[in-house]
Amino acid sequence: MLDTAKETYQTAGEPFLDEPKMRVRNADVFYADKQAIFDVNIDIGKNEVISMIGPSGCGKSTFLRCLNRMNDTIDICRVTGELFLEDQDIYDRSIDVVELRARVGMVFQKPNPFPKSIYENVAYGARIHGLTDTKVELDELIEKSLHRCGLWNEVKDRLEEPATGLSGGQQQRLCIARAIAVNPEVILMDEPCSALDPIATATVEELIHELSENFTICIVTHSMQQAARVSSRTAYFHLGKLIEVNDTSKVFTNPEHQLTEEYITGRIG
Amino acid sequence: MNLSTLFLIIVAGTVVAYFLGHRRSFAVAKPVGGVRNLATLPSYYASMMGLWALVPALMVVLLWSVLDSAIIDSLVKSTMPSEAKQLDDDSFGLIYNQVENVAVGIGSIDALGREYEPAVERLRNLNALSDKAMPILTIVVLLLGAALGFKGIKATHNARYAVERAFNIFLFVCSSIAIFTTFGIVASVLFESINFFQKVPFFDFVFGTHWSPQIAIRADQAGASGSFGVIPLIAGTLLISVIALSIAVPVGLMSAIYLSEYATTRARGIIKPALEVLAGVPTVVYGFFAALTVAPAVRRVGDSLRDWGANNGIDWLANLAVSSESALAAGMVMGVMIIPFVSSISDDVINAVPQSLRDGSFGLGATQSETIKRVIFPAALPGIVGGILLAASRAIGETMIVVMAAGLAANLTINPLEAVTTVTVQIVTLLVGDQEFDSAKTLAAFALGLFLFVITLCLNVIALKVVKRYREQYD
Amino acid sequence: MSTSTYNSGSDADQRRANRTKKRNAAEKRFQWYGRLSIAFGIACVLYLFTDIISKGIGAFTQTYINVEIEFDREMLRLGEAPTEKEIKAASFNSFFKKTLRAKFPEAQSRREKSQLYAMFSSDMPLILRNMVIEAPSILGTKQNVSMIADDDFDTFFKHTYGRDLNAEDRISRLSDFQESILGKLVDSGAVEKRFNTIFFTNADSREPELAGIRGAIVGSILTLLVTLILSFPIAVATAIYLEEFAPKNKITDFIEVNINNLAAVPSVIFGLLGLAMFINVFGLPRSIPLVGGLVLTLMTLPTIIISSRSAIKAVPPSIREAALGMGASKVQTVMHHVLPSAMPGMLTGTIIGMAQALGETAPLLMIGMVAFIVDVPGGISDPATVLPVQIFLWSDSPERAFVEKTSAAIMVLLTFLIIMNSLAVWLRKRLERRW
Repeated sequence: MLDTAKETYQTAGEPFLDEPKMRVRNADVFYADKQAIFDVNIDIGKNEVISMIGPSGCGKSTFLRCLNRMNDTIDICRVTGELFLEDQDIYDRSIDVVELRARVGMVFQKPNPFPKSIYENVAYGARIHGLTDTKVELDELIEKSLHRCGLWNEVKDRLEEPATGLSGGQQQRLCIARAIAVNPEVILMDEPCSALDPIATATVEELIHELSENFTICIVTHSMQQAARVSSRTAYFHLGKLIEVNDTSKVFTNPEHQLTEEYITGRIG
Repeated sequence: MNLSTLFLIIVAGTVVAYFLGHRRSFAVAKPVGGVRNLATLPSYYASMMGLWALVPALMVVLLWSVLDSAIIDSLVKSTMPSEAKQLDDDSFGLIYNQVENVAVGIGSIDALGREYEPAVERLRNLNALSDKAMPILTIVVLLLGAALGFKGIKATHNARYAVERAFNIFLFVCSSIAIFTTFGIVASVLFESINFFQKVPFFDFVFGTHWSPQIAIRADQAGASGSFGVIPLIAGTLLISVIALSIAVPVGLMSAIYLSEYATTRARGIIKPALEVLAGVPTVVYGFFAALTVAPAVRRVGDSLRDWGANNGIDWLANLAVSSESALAAGMVMGVMIIPFVSSISDDVINAVPQSLRDGSFGLGATQSETIKRVIFPAALPGIVGGILLAASRAIGETMIVVMAAGLAANLTINPLEAVTTVTVQIVTLLVGDQEFDSAKTLAAFALGLFLFVITLCLNVIALKVVKRYREQYD
Repeated sequence: MSTSTYNSGSDADQRRANRTKKRNAAEKRFQWYGRLSIAFGIACVLYLFTDIISKGIGAFTQTYINVEIEFDREMLRLGEAPTEKEIKAASFNSFFKKTLRAKFPEAQSRREKSQLYAMFSSDMPLILRNMVIEAPSILGTKQNVSMIADDDFDTFFKHTYGRDLNAEDRISRLSDFQESILGKLVDSGAVEKRFNTIFFTNADSREPELAGIRGAIVGSILTLLVTLILSFPIAVATAIYLEEFAPKNKITDFIEVNINNLAAVPSVIFGLLGLAMFINVFGLPRSIPLVGGLVLTLMTLPTIIISSRSAIKAVPPSIREAALGMGASKVQTVMHHVLPSAMPGMLTGTIIGMAQALGETAPLLMIGMVAFIVDVPGGISDPATVLPVQIFLWSDSPERAFVEKTSAAIMVLLTFLIIMNSLAVWLRKRLERRW
């Protein structure tokens, strides 16, 4: 048990930025008595793609879910530390998680479209956040969102069909379209390609790349290749600790920390 | 105005308030640049306004209905003549009832006495006032509430919080009905039982061996006091339950074993629902079946056995006497009713036994029946016992079959061919028809109810514990 | 030594072979126990149904006697254009008897005459009167009237007449005189069996040939309506609360324990609750569908709650995450996604609960729904009875014809139950296909 005596350590590389989009200081996460994340300090920059890598169970997903408070849904989970979205403390009492999650969207590991029509899936966010006043506006928004995900041409003739009838890759892109329809500032992606075949993965990766022009994207991945392909910065987690953060190229070619090196060379897996 | 009209008005008012709120929120949204700049969705503002209209108005109706009669009573009491006020509670209640009757036009004031005229007059006036005042007050409150809600529709005010909190409270209130039901059951059987035990000593009830609740109207008649010994009822209940279980347990258990271990999926898919038909048949149908088909059949078989015994000189058979309402008939039919209950619980339990145990036994060269008897059955035993306890609690609490097929005669016997009576039969018999709530006869039914409740509750709690522990063992 | 080993080995082989034989026999036996148990269960189902059907099928036909009746003005003492009031005042009773006496002059003695009247339903004069009220123009004309036969006539004609039965199986409560009249009527072709509409259009009656189940069916529908309107929302709300919102604390645990225990409380106890609480404390009237519905609501709640909870549990958590991740609030997530997905399962549970409530008798006896009620209830606060209670009441009646009626009522009840349960099964199938 490490929660009695607080252990401090230094994250290697360059975890901090000027004018970050999100700022995390001394973040700890506990599941009941068990600590899952230890004293994480990191900045997430504007319109960058940052990937989180590390062996399974290292806490990268847990950390990601702190950023839009998805961990709130787990009763026994407790988050401490400072987590800021621009200058707003996202764990402040006055914050409405609903609005936070409209600003920080999320895409999950397994494509999880609602068991409704394709149209309703994309329209859902706009509906619950009251983003459009008229049906015409809503139609436009849906077309735009599907366009940006390259899905429009594939589904425009069957918008009223159930989304569950799409292929896995299409479903995942639909989930991304659904997320960007709300026009979030940050999109969190939790291993978005792990349930997809290689071709669908390539399409989604390309999409992530395009989206980075307008959105800040945090992606958790178990694939180092994917991290190398899509992200500009990479963070390496190990046993709940943030070991190293650096430019992707640097992490993969010249890691500063020994654990990072061991991981990327395949000695830890 | 009667209550249902008032409810309709309240509902209509709520709906109107909802739509007004919806329109208002669009009006509020216009100057700030559309719905997207409101703190929340128009439907939440509308729901908020609807709730503001609904909830206070409902509260008024509720409070008024609860307090109305109490307040009017106390006001009327003050105008009663002084000699009436000196009476004890019971006699006063009687007179007050008469006053109430006269006020609504039943009976004449002359029979009651002229001195009560002011009280009658007062009661009549107050009732009329109450009848008018309640709807008016309710509607005023509804309008006020709606107005408050209307004012609350502001672009910066997030109505979602209030609406969701109201929704949460509604959910919690619904959930707590289960608790209130239990309390209601306990309270209703307990209070009347306490009254009963003031009339009949507790030990006479629990250890008495004679049950004849009919209390004579005249004191000089035979059996004037009535006797309330519960032992014959318990014996009868147990006798019938044992008969039922001795049919249901082997049949249900063997069916479950066959279905889960031997039958093909196809056969299982047909047989299982066919057996479950037995569980869906209403108990009154079983009762009819038991009374009109099984009981006469049992009697016929008994009679022919007796004749045969007499002809062949077998003494004990020759003396066989089968009652037309034998415990055997009721018990057998009840057993049939419980078969699917036992089999579905056993089925669950047997399926929960891990495959590895079966594999282990087969690996040693055991046949399937040996595996079942030596491995699966012992492993599943706690769960099966739990299931049997639940079935027993079913049998003890079953009412219609025994009401229709078992008799009223409280015989203390273990002979299944005689007529016996059960706890549930007596509850029904004592309470169906007109009752007065102060007679020991009526109250006895509640004491029996308490007894039944406690017994079945204990059985259930034990059974659920056993089953749960069994489940945990293999999870 | 080697021989002895060899011998004992062969002995062992022999023994093992014997034992295997025995073990296999035991295996066979065991399987047969299972098959017999199942056969017993199925046989019970079949016997129960054939018994009820064979007893009740007769009630769906009713014997009528076609008689030509002259609505003689003089006999009725009615003028040219009588008002309704005048018609109602007219003595149709004596008119009916006179007509019968004229038709059957063989009835001589007082006894024979009264036996003659008794062959027709005692309501016939009333029915004739209503015919005249409806169409006063039939006065002075001859009309062919299908008269309802009395239950003894009906039973005899349906089950005994024209069959060569030995004395034991003959069911007859008719006198020889009545049987001779009947024989003549049959020979003249006046007697016919028709589908029994009375059974479905009349409420309860003391006369078996006039007793019907309409009152009981309407009572059952009203009671179930109250039950459904109350129990469905409450049960769904409870299930949602316990699955989605309830904090893990003592109160929640207590609610769960209560629900599980209530599910196993004998139904008669709920009757005691209804009697003591709704009738004695709250002062609601006895015998009304409202109170019946309230009691049945409390009784079916646990069933519906438990199945609704498992329906909610079956909704994949990924859907909840998706909605929450979009920024839906908890309430929105539940209302927009969890509830629609769980709805088929909840409806299945509700239908099963309703089927249970429809067949329930004991608690309704306690709250006085056993009264003899001749009127079809018009609302939830009119005195009423329900189908199972009607069955209970009729099964107690001494008339032979009521046994038939009871079985027929059971057939109707079982039909309703089968429809409801098939609906539930169908819904469950649809649910399975979706996920």
